[in-house]
Amino acid sequence: MLILASAIFAVPFAWLALSSFKPLDQAMAMPPTLFPRAYFAPIGGERVEVTIDGPVRQGGVVADIVAGSDAGKRVFLPADQALARASELTNAHRVGENWIRVIEREPAERGAAPRWDIVPPEAVDSRIRFRWKNYPEALAALGGSEDGGGVSFWRFLGNTLAVCVLGVIGTVLSNAIVAYGFARVKWRGRDAFFSLTLATLMVPFPVMMVPLYGVFRELGWIGTLLPLWVPAFFGSAFNIFLMRQFFLGIPEELSEAARIDGSSEWTIFWRIILPLSKPVLAASAVFHFLYAWNDFMGPYLYLTKKETFTLSLALQAYQAQNGGVQWHYLMAASTVTILPVIVLFFFAQRTFIQGIATTGSKS
Amino acid sequence: MTRGERRSFFTGLAFTSPWIIGLAVFTAYPVLASLFYSFCDYSILKTPVWCGLENYKELVSDDLFWLSLRNTLFYAGLSVPLGTIVALSLALLLNADVRGKPFFRVLFYLPSIVPIVAASMLWIWIFNGQVGLLNWILTPLLAPFGLTPPAWLVDPTWAKPALILMSLWGTGNAMVIYLAGLQNVPKELYEAAEIDGATGWRRFWHVTLPQLAPVIYFNVVMSIISSLQIFTQAIVMSSAASGGTGTETDGFPARSTLFYTMHLFATAFYDLRMGYASAMAYVLFIIIATLTWLATRISRDRLN
Repeated sequence: MLILASAIFAVPFAWLALSSFKPLDQAMAMPPTLFPRAYFAPIGGERVEVTIDGPVRQGGVVADIVAGSDAGKRVFLPADQALARASELTNAHRVGENWIRVIEREPAERGAAPRWDIVPPEAVDSRIRFRWKNYPEALAALGGSEDGGGVSFWRFLGNTLAVCVLGVIGTVLSNAIVAYGFARVKWRGRDAFFSLTLATLMVPFPVMMVPLYGVFRELGWIGTLLPLWVPAFFGSAFNIFLMRQFFLGIPEELSEAARIDGSSEWTIFWRIILPLSKPVLAASAVFHFLYAWNDFMGPYLYLTKKETFTLSLALQAYQAQNGGVQWHYLMAASTVTILPVIVLFFFAQRTFIQGIATTGSKS
Repeated sequence: MTRGERRSFFTGLAFTSPWIIGLAVFTAYPVLASLFYSFCDYSILKTPVWCGLENYKELVSDDLFWLSLRNTLFYAGLSVPLGTIVALSLALLLNADVRGKPFFRVLFYLPSIVPIVAASMLWIWIFNGQVGLLNWILTPLLAPFGLTPPAWLVDPTWAKPALILMSLWGTGNAMVIYLAGLQNVPKELYEAAEIDGATGWRRFWHVTLPQLAPVIYFNVVMSIISSLQIFTQAIVMSSAASGGTGTETDGFPARSTLFYTMHLFATAFYDLRMGYASAMAYVLFIIIATLTWLATRISRDRLN
């Protein structure tokens, strides 16, 4: 059971990673190839790399395509496809069951007697090879460098990181300060205010969407990254709750002793409580980073210009524009978007698991 | 108030002041403003004009509103219970002393933190009718029964189930919470159950489940709230399946993935009918509040 379940959960990841290293024709191949491969055919005594559509079952022709969208590619085409694409090939001949490859590329030589090699299916061999070039190509394609209004991938990454880092700073600072006010200072109205704070957790985002957009529009922030990180500096109910729970667990005697020594509340907060609260600070930092990195709706709502796009939005925009043609690039770009999250997870695994477990059990 | 009380009152206010501003500007004002807008004819370009209950009346006879609500309830109605079962089963599997537990926990958890846009790309690819991995696996399995797998995201009947399947892959977050809950169940209870001769299913039903009830309640409420607001994966996947034809909020194919929040978004920001969209938002708010209240009542009744 466990093995089956883990296979189901792991296969999509494996599929993503493997697809991201395949050339497009192999990514689209049906039945699929497991590993990305490079194919070789014996031509004139040497093994020449060819691209190939699908598994080698029949003879075919190795040819240099001179016209059409694949011009310049050297391909191995199974017999039936070679027929269909004959006009794109320099030349194609059929010898018995096998097709032949025309070596000449230059149009001038076409009139001459063709030199050709018969390529029987068993002569085509392959080995596993990862196409690392997918990655730089995908990242270049993501920004759409061809259409003039191109934006570098690094710009998207920079935008995303800016939103994440500024948001994390805001989240940790503001929520720690606010949670201290809720947990360690006794004042009239505090508990009612805290209940109100928790109640806001219930409000679905769509309820606030329209007026929030209005607020940011009044401020002139639409089309900038500001709406995505400035609010983090003003606290959030979930993080206040998380930190308050932690602060409540720190012995009151520590604060009392400091008060007797004449320390101000701010000093107690900054010098005593904060240094003891690293685990919860880390948890909310990690959660906010993740939230900001993954967020789509916020950027979709507020960002209008391509140069301000975050990675998620850029990825979606690329997919929408290119209608899902370049699947190997999409898989590579998705991997690039996912990888930092996985790396972050492995560095902060304990923080993650404990943080989530706390959320559930303290409710 | 005494001097000391006043002092600490102001100290408390000072510490919570960032949140007082944040609550006012980014939560309270938007919640109240959109309540007001819901009774108005309003777009961002002009001032709101009071129109009473017009928006709500119009909703009643708006086919797209009902369609988006039905789609959303179908999605939530299946993904919440199925997700709960999957997450709970995984947690139970892991709670038994298995070797390599940390590895499995990581594996089950990771999909839930993957960026939704990237995960959607991956699943669009897996669900692809012609060259997708899923149908490559399903075709030979279904062949003996004379069946062929559907084209998932481009088939109006199967687009929503596809999204539900994908949501099950992301239940790791709930799984971790269940696992923590399971580990908090006192060992004595199991020992007592064993003495009474309860094993397996009965033990789960009479010991584990009641002990886990508060955690299940929490997870179910959270997933009701989030699944009713499904947006990102629907936008990304339906627009990808449409091959870039039409608008991203069309709910391709045949409006079968026109979900509530998507429709609300389009009403507000494409049709610029922000008063009407606010009314929709409040209806969603009421639905969520009602379901949360219902879940709370059920869990209270069960616990007592």
